[in-house]
Amino acid sequence: MTKRTTITLLLFPTMAVLVFLFFGGIAMGLMQSFSFMPLIGLNNFNFDAYRNLFSDSEFLLSLGLTLWISISSTILTVVFAIITALAFRKTFPGKRLTNFIYQFPITIPHIVITIGTMLIFSQSGIVARFAYKAGLISDQSQFPILISDTLGLGIIYVYLWKQIPFVGVLVLSILQSLGNNFEELARSLGANKWQAFRHVLLPTIIPGILPASIICFSFTFGSYEVPFLLGKPYPAVISVLAMRLYQDVDLNARPQAMATAVFMAAFISVLVVLYKKLLNSMSGRR
Amino acid sequence: MESEEHRANPLHWVIYLGVVVSVVGPLVPQFVWPFVKSWFFPDLVPSAWSMRAWQYIGNPNSQVLEAVGNSLLIAVIVTCISVLLGVPAGKALGMYRFRGKGLVELFILAPSIIPGLAVTMGIHVIFIRLGLSDTLMGVVLVHLIPTIPYMTISMSGIFANYDPDFEEQAKSLGASTFKTFFIITLPAIFPGIITGAMFAFLISWGQYLLTVLIGGGRIITLPLLLFSFAGSRDNAFMSALSVIFLLPAILILFFTSKFLSGKSSGMGGFGNI
Repeated sequence: MTKRTTITLLLFPTMAVLVFLFFGGIAMGLMQSFSFMPLIGLNNFNFDAYRNLFSDSEFLLSLGLTLWISISSTILTVVFAIITALAFRKTFPGKRLTNFIYQFPITIPHIVITIGTMLIFSQSGIVARFAYKAGLISDQSQFPILISDTLGLGIIYVYLWKQIPFVGVLVLSILQSLGNNFEELARSLGANKWQAFRHVLLPTIIPGILPASIICFSFTFGSYEVPFLLGKPYPAVISVLAMRLYQDVDLNARPQAMATAVFMAAFISVLVVLYKKLLNSMSGRR
Repeated sequence: MESEEHRANPLHWVIYLGVVVSVVGPLVPQFVWPFVKSWFFPDLVPSAWSMRAWQYIGNPNSQVLEAVGNSLLIAVIVTCISVLLGVPAGKALGMYRFRGKGLVELFILAPSIIPGLAVTMGIHVIFIRLGLSDTLMGVVLVHLIPTIPYMTISMSGIFANYDPDFEEQAKSLGASTFKTFFIITLPAIFPGIITGAMFAFLISWGQYLLTVLIGGGRIITLPLLLFSFAGSRDNAFMSALSVIFLLPAILILFFTSKFLSGKSSGMGGFGNI
């Protein structure tokens, strides 16, 4: 068996399934977004859905909200992942257990922490009860609205809860493979703690966690479950909007649902391509 | 060597405390609510207890047992297919260099990055035509979209660290391809397969959107029930279901925690995008 045949045989089943499911899905989505749906007797071909999409104020509001939630949760994830990983590098009594708790969220499904967030941060939740007992509020309606709020704070909390350990574990392994040598060298050359972090650790950590940050961003951009349960119905994030259009009994809403979905896929694809370009130009300069 | 630099200072203790409170805190009420009859604002402890949530779950009319069965069945089938397809593909990507490899990698990675909602909405018409919508088989197929890439990428990470010389030696000693695989390759990559398989299981187990789109509400899984209870805001039922939903994740965490710490083999492969 030649090497080429071996590789082809090894890759074929996976490629075949993915071509059918993934590219089939994308192709059918594209066709339907052009109002081309022979299955329900629509044989048009036009760009109406896209024209409607970008003139629809609800879509633009949704896009803004989605970008706000995904950008802020990705940035906060990276910041907290670095802070916590730096702290977890130290030795302290109870480190094994604390480290276990730190990594715990990685396997927990999103829906579980979504429900947990509802139970503690709603106006009748545990935090509001503690606030009442502490005399900070005199009625539950005085507790700030953190669930189904305008800024999507509950949603961001869930993403941070899930993603900080995911990125944090990566940062920890980068720090471990780096060892203390470079940092100590910098310190011995007169750099203070902040300078050693800023000029030695950070430039090593950031490229290592860029792929993970892209994954976090695209996940939060396309996720449905969390914003559906913890978000406001209007404006809703883009995935919730797409799903509402898709489930509309009026099949004329279908092309616009598909255009929204195609937009989401295209947006993430462009992002990944830009990231790849950035990566290539960075390695080209070295 | 333990220098002063390596020991935690008070600021670090604040971070540890913050981590423990914000990770564990939101999970605690879920373990109390399933046993609650009434727990009004602003009480910190429930005023009356009840087992009604568990009685309801045990009742065959509640569909909970059916949902648990469906979720398990789907996740097990999805995991098996993902392993059978992902291990060979991971081997090709992890151990060989060939023309167009970067493109193949990007192609396999794409489904795990592009929102599943977009792909599934598109594929739905094909599934309707093929008679796969509203069926268990259709749900299994659509769950493969996120799990196969995951399995392939994590296996390619495992194979990249695997030394092919042992295989050559076994073959030069006269072992067949199959024998070499079972005696040499499999034992070496087995921990990686187990870790990958467990995460593939969890990805399928936690899937709501893809199930509801393709299953059309006919194939009831645990996340579907959990979603409808979360919508109705019945805290006791919602929490009881959530605890059941959480169990496999906790079991898997205990199994894999040693693989995850330090060099994370399960997620290392994602460094290649």
